Amino acid sequence: MFDAIVFYTLAAMILGLGILVISVHSAVHSVLFLVVNFLFVAILYVTLSAEFVAVIQVLVYAGGIVVLYLFVVMLVSLKQAPEQYKDQRRLSTIGVLLSAVVFLEVVGIAVYTSTVTSETVSTSVKLTDFPPRIQGLGFNTEQIGWVLYTEYLIPFEVASMLLLVAMIGAIVLAKRDI
Amino acid sequence: MLETVIIPLLKIAVLLNAVLVAVTFLVLMERKVIAWAQARLGPMRVGPYGILQAIVDPIKLLLKEDITPTKADRWVFTIAPVMSLVPALVVFSVVPFGSDPLYYVADINVGLLFIISVTSIGVYGIILGGWASNSKYPLLASLRASAQLVSYEIAVTMTLVSVILTAGTLSLVGIVEAQRETGVWFGFIQPVALVLIFIGGLAETNRMPFDLPEAETELTGGFHTEYSGMRFALFFLAEYANIIVVSAVVAIIFLGGWLQPFPNVALLSFLGVIPGWVWFIGKIFVFLYIMIWIRATLPRYRYDQLMSLGWKVLIPIALANLVLTAIVKVFV
Repeated sequence: MFDAIVFYTLAAMILGLGILVISVHSAVHSVLFLVVNFLFVAILYVTLSAEFVAVIQVLVYAGGIVVLYLFVVMLVSLKQAPEQYKDQRRLSTIGVLLSAVVFLEVVGIAVYTSTVTSETVSTSVKLTDFPPRIQGLGFNTEQIGWVLYTEYLIPFEVASMLLLVAMIGAIVLAKRDI
Repeated sequence: MLETVIIPLLKIAVLLNAVLVAVTFLVLMERKVIAWAQARLGPMRVGPYGILQAIVDPIKLLLKEDITPTKADRWVFTIAPVMSLVPALVVFSVVPFGSDPLYYVADINVGLLFIISVTSIGVYGIILGGWASNSKYPLLASLRASAQLVSYEIAVTMTLVSVILTAGTLSLVGIVEAQRETGVWFGFIQPVALVLIFIGGLAETNRMPFDLPEAETELTGGFHTEYSGMRFALFFLAEYANIIVVSAVVAIIFLGGWLQPFPNVALLSFLGVIPGWVWFIGKIFVFLYIMIWIRATLPRYRYDQLMSLGWKVLIPIALANLVLTAIVKVFV
């Protein structure tokens, strides 16, 4: 009961802040709401007892990436209203199509989760699926470390290669005369 | 009820008041130490040796007129000082003053990461305060603050990883316990990390020689140029609270927190008469004094020098230190 109240309060806050992010006029205000949104998502992770993910969420997203957003937003002057598109009708068609797709997706997820009972969800991933040495570790920081470097080593390395490629690409784009 | 609500609330109340009082006296200590370094007397008028200056200054700031510039972004201008102060105070919830649970509010198993992430939120106060003032010098200061943060956070975090490797835990209580078990303060195992984290701490708290976001001679006061009265005082409190946080964290990680010196030498066991929290506060004062001493001694870095120090010197040293620690950890 208490868990449900906490979850729905958090979910409402996250959704409300998300709407504010895309609807306020000033870009800096929008970034500010995004920070608060990330903090609420971090609280959601804490309630799921994933404290490592929560702290990383605050450190990387709220503390690091959004500072860079803010940096860019302040450097680029956005004082005047953005240019309106010439073809209003085309824009609204795309908007309606996109929102219809998102709506269908939400309905699909709702229908799917209502067919799945809570037991099948909770039994689909269990701690006993992991190797015994991971089960013995108390805190999820160590568990995540073990799982990342044993079970999911290849996806982890591929993701880091992706980041490296993005970084080199950014340097090449910024510095044309290497 | 008593265990879960009332005692933690009492601890938080005591801790917050202690921190805020400590901050006001830290300002006095800074003025006194710098005055002595420059062969002056410092504040002498209010109370004996100017000791009541610490109480008079906040009262003066509380009573001053609170001005909001007409062109300022009113909401952000109001929120920014609060966003600066709250993270600086929240961090104290995981700082342990002793091994007994009575001496800390919470011992979470990601304590060190919690401190880094919460202090990284604090920089929004500076960035947004500078932007919301709608004035050119504060804006320049807030751009400097954000660039400075991203340059130093990487080096500090990477250095902390090598400390975590040595300790084998992220909990601050666990780190001190690890030092007790090893019998050596980590400052002697990881001297490079100590220097790096102290430099990074100076940069993150905008202290001399890295106080570019509030460089008075260039930016007329930096990000808080347009602030007055209590809002300015909140920025001031946040800055000094952050200085105490940095000193406390360095004391915990590298000087054994509440441990007495040489706990395993029988000859010096009489030092155990002094309680742990007194040792801890003493160690904090060592670092506070060094920070003030540095401010009295060193001139300010130029902006590009600061950037190249962060990216080209500190980050490579931090990486090398991390690799070396990992090799030692695996093979020794």
